Amino acid sequence: MATGATTAAQADRLRRRYARRYVGRRIGVYLAAVTAAFLCAAPFLWSTITAFKQNRDLYTPANNPFRFNRPATPDHVTYLFERTAFVTFAWNTLWVGALVVAITLLLGLPAAYALARLERPWAGWFGVAIFLVYLVPPTLLFLSMSRVVVELGLQDSTWSLVVVYPTITIPVSVWLLIGFLKTVPRDIEEQAMVDGYSRLAAFWRAVVPLAFPGVVAVVVFAFTLTASEYIYALSFVSPTEEKVVSTGVPTELIRGDVFFWQSLQAATVLVAVPIAFVFNLFLDRFIAGFTQGAVKG
Amino acid sequence: MSAGANPAAPTAIRPPEAPVTPVPAAPRRRLADREGALAWIFLMPSVAYIIVLVAVPFVLAIGFAFSDVTAGDPSFDWVGLRNFRRAFDDPVFWQSLTNTVVFTGVSMVLIVLLGKVLANILMADFRGKWVVRFLVLLPWTTPVALSSVAWLWMLDSIFSPIDWVLRELSLLGQEGALFGDASNMYWLGKPGLAMTSVIAVHVWRITPLAAVIMMAGLVAIPRDLEEAAQVDGAGYWRRMFEVTIPMVLPVAAVAALFGVVFTFTDIAVVDVLTRGGPNNSTQVLTSWAFFRGIEGGDIGQGAATALFMFPILLAAAVAILRAVRRMEVR
Repeated sequence: MATGATTAAQADRLRRRYARRYVGRRIGVYLAAVTAAFLCAAPFLWSTITAFKQNRDLYTPANNPFRFNRPATPDHVTYLFERTAFVTFAWNTLWVGALVVAITLLLGLPAAYALARLERPWAGWFGVAIFLVYLVPPTLLFLSMSRVVVELGLQDSTWSLVVVYPTITIPVSVWLLIGFLKTVPRDIEEQAMVDGYSRLAAFWRAVVPLAFPGVVAVVVFAFTLTASEYIYALSFVSPTEEKVVSTGVPTELIRGDVFFWQSLQAATVLVAVPIAFVFNLFLDRFIAGFTQGAVKG
Repeated sequence: MSAGANPAAPTAIRPPEAPVTPVPAAPRRRLADREGALAWIFLMPSVAYIIVLVAVPFVLAIGFAFSDVTAGDPSFDWVGLRNFRRAFDDPVFWQSLTNTVVFTGVSMVLIVLLGKVLANILMADFRGKWVVRFLVLLPWTTPVALSSVAWLWMLDSIFSPIDWVLRELSLLGQEGALFGDASNMYWLGKPGLAMTSVIAVHVWRITPLAAVIMMAGLVAIPRDLEEAAQVDGAGYWRRMFEVTIPMVLPVAAVAALFGVVFTFTDIAVVDVLTRGGPNNSTQVLTSWAFFRGIEGGDIGQGAATALFMFPILLAAAVAILRAVRRMEVR
């Protein structure tokens, strides 16, 4: 009886120790997650608070910056929409992004398929060569690229970006798409071809639909790259109504040394949130495809 | 005959509507079936696009570097190595080169390390993961120019909230305070601090991408491998160095490669935050090329400076891709 009691007590103690350790680890995980989220989002939190502050509140260094020392005001956000070209910038970014993504897929999907499946002996180094193109930075090309844009008659037009951006998105997208297409089992297109499809039709009707989630991930990735691009947009397009968000906001809302801080920060948050939201929806697929494309490419 | 007959075939295949008339396979070798031709047809559009809009400007950029083209006088005259000689004579060029190396090296190390930490956090199981992932993605998915504007305000010389917190904690703005007795840090106004700030913003921006890439790699590592090592009596550090790190290395190399490219090719952070100042202490090759080429109008000089990035980038890329290959073969 006595020994039984001690073992029960020991078991109880052990159980409690494990429980404590478990709770400790859970707390650690949550602390780490909250810290990471805070460090990443801090500037945006500060932007959000700033956007609704009155001037006299904002420009008093002694005030607690994280509190509304005067009532919050939506004036600066309204200013952004009514008195600046922000809506035009956002619209330009959207349609440029959509067209660039369309061009990227139209050209990139077949190329990726050719490199992933068509068994050419040079496919391996060709894929690497295409990826290396991505490493030729816009900062190296923008001087001569602006000459090309002038030759094409697209200077100061948003269309110049539609033409130029696929040079950035195609190489990465092909690289990623190779990975996604490789995840589609070979049997499937072979089966489709046994069923009477040509290689082309098997690609279009059997492989593409199965690789669709990966394709969507590439779409989101390419759009993000397009929306972020800065130096081409800065050097090719100067009229206000042709600008995109990434150049329009910093240049039009900062006049000389006058910063429209609240409106600037509102614009930042308004652009940042939707893109991150959509990207988060497709993050898992993106991760799934990345291993294939990047490591096994 | 139909795809349904094969249990392995998924339902996504729509077989021809009339499976009653089986098609003989032999005579159907049309163009669409010839793989060699098809490969070229599939590749051609992309290749043509890239040749016209990357290779041509690239060659043109090299041409510019050896010419006297300026914004005011776009005619092309060969001047040999004059642009390079002038670039080398300029101490700012050397400073930019040093800054670029420091900037890229330091941020790459930090990005890879923090990316691994962040990846581990994001792979853990906890509630509210969706929100945390969303917040963590923000730095990378936001257009650089805009997040730089957010940081410009965060690091403002008078209204920085960081300074306010430091003042409240009595670490700043008093006699004998840790960060000095001035009322502000002037994050972007002092050379060393400005460099630190620019690097910090860069690391902040690219770490989420590195984490995403690492997650992809970590997910692919079979868990039983580590367990097997544990069963065999390998301790934590042994497992760390002989199992985990070798498995993570290829994907860390890819993350590093992306980190290098994004750090190297970016101009927005420097342009928005410091414009290369104070005293060129944050000037990097890209920004220096931009200021000479576009704002100074000396396109030849700008192109010569920009061209300097290419061999460095190429060497880095080749080295990393090779490392990845070698690790895969093993």
